[in-house]
Amino acid sequence: MGTVCSRRDIDFLLHEVLDVTSLVGRERYAMHDRVAFDAAIDLAFRLAEERLQPHASLADADEPHVVDGRVVQIAETGAALEALREAGFFAATVDEEQGGMQLPFVIGQACAAFFKGANVSTTGYLLLTRAAANLLEAHGTPDQKQRYMLAMNAGRFFGTMCLSEPDVGSSLADIRTRAMPRGDGTYAIRGNKMWISGGEHELSETIVHLVLAKLPDAPPGARGISLFIVPRHRLDGDGNPGEDNNVVLAGLNHKMGYRGITNCLLNFGESGETIGELVGEPHRGLAYMFHMMNEARIGVGLGATMLGYGGYLASLAYARERRQGRPLDGRDPHAPPIAIVEHPDVRRMLLQQKAYVEGGLALGLWCGLLVDEQKTAPEASARDHARRLLDILTPIAKAWPSEFCLEANKLAIQVLGGAGYTRDFRVERLYRDNRLNPIHEGTNGIQALDLLGRKAVMEEGACFDALGAEITAMTGQARDAGLDKEAQAVECAWDATSAAREATVQRMAQQGLAAALANATTFLHGFGHVVVTALWLRQAVVASRALPSASDGDADFYHGKVQAMRYMVRHELHLARAWLQATLTGDATVLETAAEWL
Amino acid sequence: MKVLVPVKRVIDYNVKVRVKADQSGVDLANVKMSMNPFDEIAVEEAVRLKEAGTATEVIAISMGPEQSQETLRTALAMGADRAIHVVHDGELEPLMVAKMLAKIVSEETPDLVVLGKQAIDDDANQTGQLLAGLLGWGQGTFISKLKIEGGAISVTREVDGGLEKVGLKLPAILTVDLRLNEPRYASLPNIMKARKKEIAKKTPADLGVDTTPRLKTLKVAEPPKRQGGKKVGSIAELVDKLHNEAGVI
Ligand SMILES: Cc1cc2nc3c(=O)[nH]c(=O)nc-3n(C[C@H](O)[C@H](O)[C@H](O)COP(=O)(O)OP(=O)(O)OC[C@H]3O[C@@H](n4cnc5c(N)ncnc54)[C@H](O)[C@@H]3O)c2cc1C
Repeated sequence: MGTVCSRRDIDFLLHEVLDVTSLVGRERYAMHDRVAFDAAIDLAFRLAEERLQPHASLADADEPHVVDGRVVQIAETGAALEALREAGFFAATVDEEQGGMQLPFVIGQACAAFFKGANVSTTGYLLLTRAAANLLEAHGTPDQKQRYMLAMNAGRFFGTMCLSEPDVGSSLADIRTRAMPRGDGTYAIRGNKMWISGGEHELSETIVHLVLAKLPDAPPGARGISLFIVPRHRLDGDGNPGEDNNVVLAGLNHKMGYRGITNCLLNFGESGETIGELVGEPHRGLAYMFHMMNEARIGVGLGATMLGYGGYLASLAYARERRQGRPLDGRDPHAPPIAIVEHPDVRRMLLQQKAYVEGGLALGLWCGLLVDEQKTAPEASARDHARRLLDILTPIAKAWPSEFCLEANKLAIQVLGGAGYTRDFRVERLYRDNRLNPIHEGTNGIQALDLLGRKAVMEEGACFDALGAEITAMTGQARDAGLDKEAQAVECAWDATSAAREATVQRMAQQGLAAALANATTFLHGFGHVVVTALWLRQAVVASRALPSASDGDADFYHGKVQAMRYMVRHELHLARAWLQATLTGDATVLETAAEWL
Repeated sequence: MKVLVPVKRVIDYNVKVRVKADQSGVDLANVKMSMNPFDEIAVEEAVRLKEAGTATEVIAISMGPEQSQETLRTALAMGADRAIHVVHDGELEPLMVAKMLAKIVSEETPDLVVLGKQAIDDDANQTGQLLAGLLGWGQGTFISKLKIEGGAISVTREVDGGLEKVGLKLPAILTVDLRLNEPRYASLPNIMKARKKEIAKKTPADLGVDTTPRLKTLKVAEPPKRQGGKKVGSIAELVDKLHNEAGVI
């Protein structure tokens, strides 16, 4: 089973539901086969369990700290990253030509998901490096790729993303970091960056910071931001780290969770000159960052899912062992106490967790596959369809698991009772680690505005309709499989979602954005619940088709799938309708609340 | 020096094994399968011999259904040079496996065959010994240390009473125990390269071995559930219970 994820569930989703092996029919992935995909997944699973999980709680208890200006952290973190590097995970999805394995995005995401579930902090160093390298792959010059990206693909240099500042988080248009041309094509960078994950450490030869800053002639707002490569050390003629580039660690933040990775306040250009190189064209930096955003947000959502998944598995194992109380219908004080999993309320908490975490995984992996579709589908129309789906799904791919798989973590603690509130069990750490996910990579509030204010209405609703077509297909298949009632419930909920969207379009025109978007977050919750329930239908269709010929053990697995689908339909879908209601009716309770009344 | 390493596809060591309702065997439907962990250690040792310049070629062999190819791919990804797959659906008994291996040995003429000491599915612990018997070769079983110098091998065996050192002459059969080494992870690049390595296919008939089962499984059942423990108040009570209830003293 493992502590991170059910291997059976991953195989079910990747192969029985999503049929990822069909990707080997695409030229880009023709060198692979199912055996290679499975071997990659196996390898990731083992590294997660054997190299990452074992030091997760140690890294939490003994967080990185500064001694004589240098970051000190437990040796296991570096050793685990070295194991990931040796195993090839710094370049799993990278082109073969650039030293990678050219694995599909969805397989790379599944592997990374195990790592995050096992130890989200240590994995952070790997994923930030991947994010930085991918950005250079898309927008760097051949020379920049040669010097920085290849070294990151090889795991020699690690990367960071420096967007936020002490005074600027959600509203990046207001950043203050400046870049002055030095006359030789390079730039002098000056400013402070806050919250920078992996911003300083001794784990790699050097650190490649990707920094958002403004040029002197920058137009105001989001269209005046440029992107720079700022290495921790200037590279010498051979591409090796040399002189210090005056990126100074001004302090480490002390976090609630996610504590095994440094989180830094960095000063650029204060103690001496910090030299940076422009990436792509001036003033296009934010666009370049957003270009990568879909993929980054899917990754954050999968991470949130996996932290929830780990809590589910831990609480399930505990509930099967822990004995307490007697059955409601047989209160014989002489009888031995029963395992708590026998109590209906404990089963409720486990089923709810299962519905959220396995639902989140289905959503994340589907989005992962859509990224591959968008990149490699032979027909332009299929690529465009995938792009539209990704546009509309990305806000929930990030925000829904961050919200509801965190809820799952809360339930996991509850299943353990008092034990869950102690540091002797990992469920409390998983909760703290997961609490970051609604905050970073665009807060969930920002995701809600993006979903309702932009994605749901853009292209005259084409993205929304593309998803509608998918949902109709899913409910149609559910009807064919005899799940009529459940299919109908999802169709009704989708109709309510469409009606709420229509009402928003009207309200935008008539009353303005504030009135139209006042309930965006509850819309996001409702929308996410409907989509995840539709994906549960899709899982249940596969499961109910497989059931008649399934062996005993496998039948339990498939019954579990069908039952979790029923739980979503019967116990959660009505919440979605209630959440959508506020947007449908234009409820103004929140809008009309004056700040002074609070 | 040529080294042969037989590897078996077995139920993954992480999987909680379930007995089929009709007690005819273990439920394998959609269950994760992997290389027998002892065989991984055997592959690792063979690959190390090659890396040290002692071995010149490492050949992995597996007998079993189509999917045993995956197990061979793992061996190739760990560093074996090529593989032989004897395709066979259904049970294979240790003696049949040993006979087929003996035939392959006569064709490939290796100097060393390195096997896991047992497979974690049936725990039979017979194949290596049977093979040594069939070939008339020396055998070092349950080894936790290996040294090869010239034509001489010295091994440390893990036996009930402790450790035993044995010297052997080549060619020889070795079966490996848990502490011999820690197998490497097959890296992603090596997983990809393994696809290009050769896997030769054979059948039991090609090797002239009859696979008609000689053993019949009557029934497979879960081990009896452990009874809850009891607390005793005194040593005297403990002795009394051990004597009168458990009947062990
Ligand atoms: C552990 C951790 C790691 C991080 N790693 C990085 C990193 O590596 N690189 C990096 O650049 N940043 C990083 N961040 C920063 C992170 O992205 C920001 O914290 C996040 O963008 C929110 O910005 P803020 O903290 O300034 O909050 P604020 O922007 O001040 O937001 C506070 C609250 O106001 C709401 N809000 C703000 N603006 C609006 C609006 N227009 N409409 C509606 N609601 C609004 C938000 O939703 C939020 O609830 C990290 C943060 C943390 C905690």
